[in-house]
Amino acid sequence: MPGTGAAAGRRFEGDGVTNVDGPDRPGGGRPAGPLLLGVRHHGPGSARAVRAALEEARPGVVLIEGPPEADPLIPLAAEEDMRPPVALLAHAVDEPGRSAFWPLAEFSPEWVAIRWALEHGVPARFIDLPATHTLAWGRGEGDGRVDGPGSGAAPGAADRPGSGDEAGAPEESGPGDAAPAAETRVDPLRVLAGTAGYDDPERWWEDVVEHRGVGEGDALAPFTALEEAMTVLRETYGGGGHDRDLVREAHMRLRIRAAQREFEDGVAVVCGAWHVPALRRKATVAADRALLKGLPKVKTDMTWVPWTNRRLSRVSGYGAGIDSPGWYGHLFGAPDRPVERWMTKVAGLLRDEDRIVSSAHVIEAVRLAGALAAVRGRPLPGLGETTDAVRAVMCEGSDVPLALVHDRLVVGDVLGEVPATAPAVPLQRDLARIQRRLRLKPEAAERELELDLRKETDAGRSRLLHRLRLLGIAWGEPAASRGSTGTFRETWRLRWEPELSVRVAEAGVWGTTVLAAATARAEADAAAAQALADVTGLAERCLLAELSDALPTVMRTLADRAALDTDVGHLAQALPALVRSLRYGDVRGTDTAALAEVAAGLAERVFVGLPPACAGLDADAAEEMRRHLDAVHGAVGLLGDAPAPGHGSLRARWQSVLRTLTARDTVPGVIRGRSVRLLLDDGELAQDEAARLMGLVLSPGTPPADAAAWIEGFVGGGSGGGMLLVHDERLLGLVDAWLTGVPAEAFTDVLPLLRRTFSAYEPGVRRTLGELVRRGPGARGSTTTAGSGIPGFAPDLDTARADAVLPVVRLLLGLGGDDGEARADLARAAR
Amino acid sequence: MPASVEPTTVDPIRNGSAPANTGTDATRSAPGAKALRPHAEDAFAAELAALAAQDDRPRPARWRLSPWAVATYLLGGTLPDGTVITPKYVGPRRIVEVAVTTLATDRALLLLGVPGTAKTWVSEHLAAAVSGDSTLLVQGTAGTPEEAIRYGWNYARLLAHGPSRDALVPSPVMRAMAEGMTARVEELTRIPADVQDTLITILSEKTLPIPELGQEVQAVRGFNLIATANDRDRGVNDLSSALRRRFNTVVLPLPETPEAEVDIVSRRVDQIGRSLDLPAAPDGIDEIRRVVTVFRELRDGVTTDGRTKLKSPSGTLSTAEAISVVTNGLALAAHFGDGVLRAGDVAAGILGAVVRDPAADRVVWQEYLETVVRERDGWKDFYRACREVSA
Repeated sequence: MPGTGAAAGRRFEGDGVTNVDGPDRPGGGRPAGPLLLGVRHHGPGSARAVRAALEEARPGVVLIEGPPEADPLIPLAAEEDMRPPVALLAHAVDEPGRSAFWPLAEFSPEWVAIRWALEHGVPARFIDLPATHTLAWGRGEGDGRVDGPGSGAAPGAADRPGSGDEAGAPEESGPGDAAPAAETRVDPLRVLAGTAGYDDPERWWEDVVEHRGVGEGDALAPFTALEEAMTVLRETYGGGGHDRDLVREAHMRLRIRAAQREFEDGVAVVCGAWHVPALRRKATVAADRALLKGLPKVKTDMTWVPWTNRRLSRVSGYGAGIDSPGWYGHLFGAPDRPVERWMTKVAGLLRDEDRIVSSAHVIEAVRLAGALAAVRGRPLPGLGETTDAVRAVMCEGSDVPLALVHDRLVVGDVLGEVPATAPAVPLQRDLARIQRRLRLKPEAAERELELDLRKETDAGRSRLLHRLRLLGIAWGEPAASRGSTGTFRETWRLRWEPELSVRVAEAGVWGTTVLAAATARAEADAAAAQALADVTGLAERCLLAELSDALPTVMRTLADRAALDTDVGHLAQALPALVRSLRYGDVRGTDTAALAEVAAGLAERVFVGLPPACAGLDADAAEEMRRHLDAVHGAVGLLGDAPAPGHGSLRARWQSVLRTLTARDTVPGVIRGRSVRLLLDDGELAQDEAARLMGLVLSPGTPPADAAAWIEGFVGGGSGGGMLLVHDERLLGLVDAWLTGVPAEAFTDVLPLLRRTFSAYEPGVRRTLGELVRRGPGARGSTTTAGSGIPGFAPDLDTARADAVLPVVRLLLGLGGDDGEARADLARAAR
Repeated sequence: MPASVEPTTVDPIRNGSAPANTGTDATRSAPGAKALRPHAEDAFAAELAALAAQDDRPRPARWRLSPWAVATYLLGGTLPDGTVITPKYVGPRRIVEVAVTTLATDRALLLLGVPGTAKTWVSEHLAAAVSGDSTLLVQGTAGTPEEAIRYGWNYARLLAHGPSRDALVPSPVMRAMAEGMTARVEELTRIPADVQDTLITILSEKTLPIPELGQEVQAVRGFNLIATANDRDRGVNDLSSALRRRFNTVVLPLPETPEAEVDIVSRRVDQIGRSLDLPAAPDGIDEIRRVVTVFRELRDGVTTDGRTKLKSPSGTLSTAEAISVVTNGLALAAHFGDGVLRAGDVAAGILGAVVRDPAADRVVWQEYLETVVRERDGWKDFYRACREVSA
C-alpha cells in the first residue's frame, strides 16, 4: 500500500517543546512569547514531556495543532464514555466521502494536552488551518478520492495532527495520492538520525526521546534542544517541500497572537516540532493574512469517532503510521521498569495460549534483552531487543507464537469509545442522501419491493440494500421473486426498525459513505472468513452490491484459501457459487475478469484433487462426491464458454479427468457410472464405448452391489436416465441380462439401490420400460438390426415425417418462399 | 531418490572466498601431514589476531574477544587500521547478535535449522572467536553414550590404581568447564533422551559431579555450550522441556534470496562434480535456477512473484536436496544424455524430493504443475518432462 511508506516518512515531527527563549515562560523574566511545545505525534515520550511541561508552566490556555472547528467537541473528551484511541473526523457536509481524520491515542501528546486542559479548567483550542480549507484543497486536486476510512483524508488535504503531520508533512494525502510529492519532502527526523549515525530514524527517536524516561530537572530543557535542531534543519531545507505548511503556520501564528492578546503570556502551544521554528519566527500580521487570503472553502462538519489500535498501526495502512501502538501504550502507561513489565505481559499472553513459560523464562528474556541492547549500543532495550529476546527465550526461535505477541500486544486489540452525545457520523448523512435520491423512504411498516435491475433507479436501490446488508444493517431482506425468475428481478422485504439507526452509527467505524464502509467491511470480512465457502459467498455479495474495489481483496483471499484447502469437497462446493457470481456479474455489467481467473484456478485444483479424493469412499461419501461431480460438471460447462486467459480449454481437461475416473477400479461405482454418463451426454464417449464399459461393470466378476451403484450413477437421479434406457435398448438389454443373472443371495442386497434408481423415473418412463422388458429380447433384436443409424433408432430417416416440419423450420429461419434451394440448404444442414 | 548429500557440508551462507571453504567435504580427522581442512581458529588466525589487537571493548571473563568483535568476526567488516574481516556468515545481523549475546549471558545457545543452513559452520566460528578453540566437540549420534558428555575411565589405570582423577578420561564438555571454554555439541536431537538430560545439571548448576570420587568439576567463568540441532528430521529425540529451558534458541533461516541460493547450489554442484569426475555441464545454470525456484516456491508455499499461494509438501526441500537433485541430473546428462543438463534430467530428481508421501504430496505436486508450471513462460520443456515422470 503506497500510503504506508509515506506514513513511515511522515511520522516524526520532533518533540521539542520549546519554551520561548528559556526565560520566556510564565514566571520567568519577560512576558511575551508563547510556550511552544514541539512534539512528535503519537510519541509517548513526547506525551510525558508535554504533561510535565504543562504542569510546570501552568499556562492560561492550551493551543493545539488541529482543526479549529473541533473546539466545541473538546469538552466531550472529558466524558466517562470517551476512551482513546479515538479520532476527530472532519467531512464535507455535502460530500461525506471527503473527509480527514486526526487520530488520538492515549499516549498522543495532543490528547494529553487536551486532558490536562480539561482537568485544570483551562481552555483548550485548536489552531491549525480550519478543515473547511484543508478539505477544499483536496477537492482542488480533483483526484476524487472519496472513500476509505482513515485513508480518506481528502487528497492533499488536512494534515492530520494525529496521523498526518508527522514530519510536518501537512499535506498528507490519503495513502497513494500525493505519493510522488511525499518522496521529495524532507523527513526531518531522518536527517537528524543520519547526522547522529543512525540508519533508522525510528530507532534514533526511541533512543533519544522515548526511552529517556521522565527526567528530573528542567521539564522544558529537552524541548529546547529539539527546537534548536529543527531550527537548523529549517534554515537548511526551508519549507522542506511542504508548501502548505507555510499557510498553516501563518494561520497558527495568527491564532497564537489572538490568544496572546486574550491571555497575555500564559499561552502554551502543542504542535509538531517541525512547525516550532516557523511559529517562533516574527512575521507581520499583514503578511500572514495575505497568505490566508482567497483559500477555497467547503462546508464541513466535525465529530469524534472511535478508533482502533490496528488502525493506528501502519500495518493496516491507515494514516496514523505507528507500527507498535501497543508497545507505545505500554511505555506510556508503565510506571517503571518497562522491559520487565513487558516481558511479564508477554509471558501472561503465552501462558493463556497454553505455552509453558515460567518465571525463569521471563528473567532470562529480560537479561537477554538488556545484554542485546548493550551489544547494539542502545541505552535501553527497545522493541527490537525485546522481540529478539522473546523469540530466543520464550518462543524457542519460532516466529509463530511471536506473531501472536505482535498481534495482541505490540499492536494490541484496543478499541476506542465515543460518548453517545457526539455528533452524528457522516455515514448517516450519506445514507439519508442516497435514500432521498433513490426515493426509498425508511418506513417502520413492512412492505415488499419488486426491483427490475434493468432500470437505473432499481439497480441503485438493489445496490444500496445489498451494501447495507453487508454492513449488518438489515433494512431489506431478499425474498423469493414471485412470477418471474429472471436474473434481472429482485424482490425485497423492507422494514426499518428503530435500532437500525444504532447499527448505522456503529457502521460509521467502517467509513464515511455507504460505499466506502461496505467496501472496508467486505475486505475485513474476507480477511476474517474461516471457510472457503464463506469467502465465495462474500464474493457473490460483493458483486451484488457492486463493490468493485473490495473485489480484488476478496478474490485474493479466495485464491489463497483455495490454494491451501486440501478438501476437494470444499473446492467443489465453492466453484458453482463462483460461477453463479460470474453470471450475475455479467447481468450487471461488472468487470469479472478477475473472478473468471480465480474460478478457472479453482477448477484446475478440483481437477487435480478429484481423482485421488474419489478413492476408497463409503456409500454416503460416494453419494456426496457424486453431487460434487455434478456441480463441477455444470460449473465447468458454464465456465468453458468463457475461459480465463491462460487456462486453455477447461472442458477438455475436465473430460480427461472424467475419463480417468471411469477407468479406476478404486473409484466407487456410482461415481464411475456418473462419469460415463456425463461423458456420454457430452458426446465425448461413443455409445458403443459406453455399452462396453457398462458390460464390463455388469459382468459377473463385479460384486453386484458395486454394479447396482454403477447403474444408479449412470441412469439414476433426475438425469433423464430412464429415457436413455427406453431409447437404447442395447443398454436396457445389458441391465436386463445382468439383473436376471444376479445370484439370489445378492439380489436382496442390490434391490433397495435398484428401487431407488428406478422409482425416481416418471411413471410414463417406468411403464414404457416395463413394456419393453416384457416384450423380451426378440423384440429388441428387431430395433438394433444392421444399420448405420444411432443405436435405438431406425437406420434411415423417415422422410415423410421430416418433410412435414420443413415449412415451420423455414419460417423460423426466415428463408421465405418454397424454392427448392432452401429445401436443399436445409437438407444439407440436416446432414 | 537422489543420493543424499552429507547435510553438514552444505553452507548456504558460507563465504566462498574463505580459504577454509575448499574441500569442506573432508572429515576433520585426517591424520598425517597437512590437514585437509584446518580449524577455523587456524584458518582465520590472522583475522582473529587483528580483531583482538584492536578490540578495546570490555570482554567477558576468558573471552578472547569482546562480543562486538565476535559479531564483527562473523559478519565481516573493516577494522580501523584497514584490516578486512571476511564475512563468515551472510544472513540477518540480528541472528548473530542474539547468538553472541546469549553466549555472553551464560545461557547455552541452541542453533536450529533445516539441513544446510550453516549451523555447524556458525557454531565452529563462534567457538573459535570466543574461546580460540573450536575442537571441544561432541558429535551427537543415536549411539552417543553418557561418557561422551560427562567422563569415561581409563580402565587399565582404573584396574591398576583404583579410581582416581588420573584414571578419569574427561569429555570435551568437562574440559571446557574446567578451562572456561566453549564446548560444542553437534546434532543434539540425535542423542538419546536420557543422555541429553545429563546436560541439564551441567547447564543449570554449572557443575559436573563425579560420585565415584566424591568430587565435582565446577565450571569456570567463560564456560558455555553451543548445540546444533536439525528441526525437520524425523525420528529425532526431542529435547525435554527442562533441557530446552536452558537454551536460548536461534533458528538459522534458509538463504533469503533466490540468487544467493542459486549461487550456493552451483558452487557446491561444481565441487561435487569435480570430485566425481563428471564432465562440466555448459548451460547448467538455467536448470539450476529452475530447480532452486521450484524448491523455494514449494518450501515457502508461495510463488516467487508472490501472487499465488501453494501447498507445501511434507519434505524439507532444503538447499542440500537441491544440490543432490542437480548433481544427480548432471550424472544423468553426462552418462546417458548429451552432456547438457536439461529439464528431463532433473525432473525425476525433483519428483523424488517433493513426493515423499505418495498420497498427499502427489496432489501438491500435481497442483503445482498444473497451476504454476504449465503457465510459466519458457517452462514448457520442464512441464512436459515433469508430466512424463509423474504419470
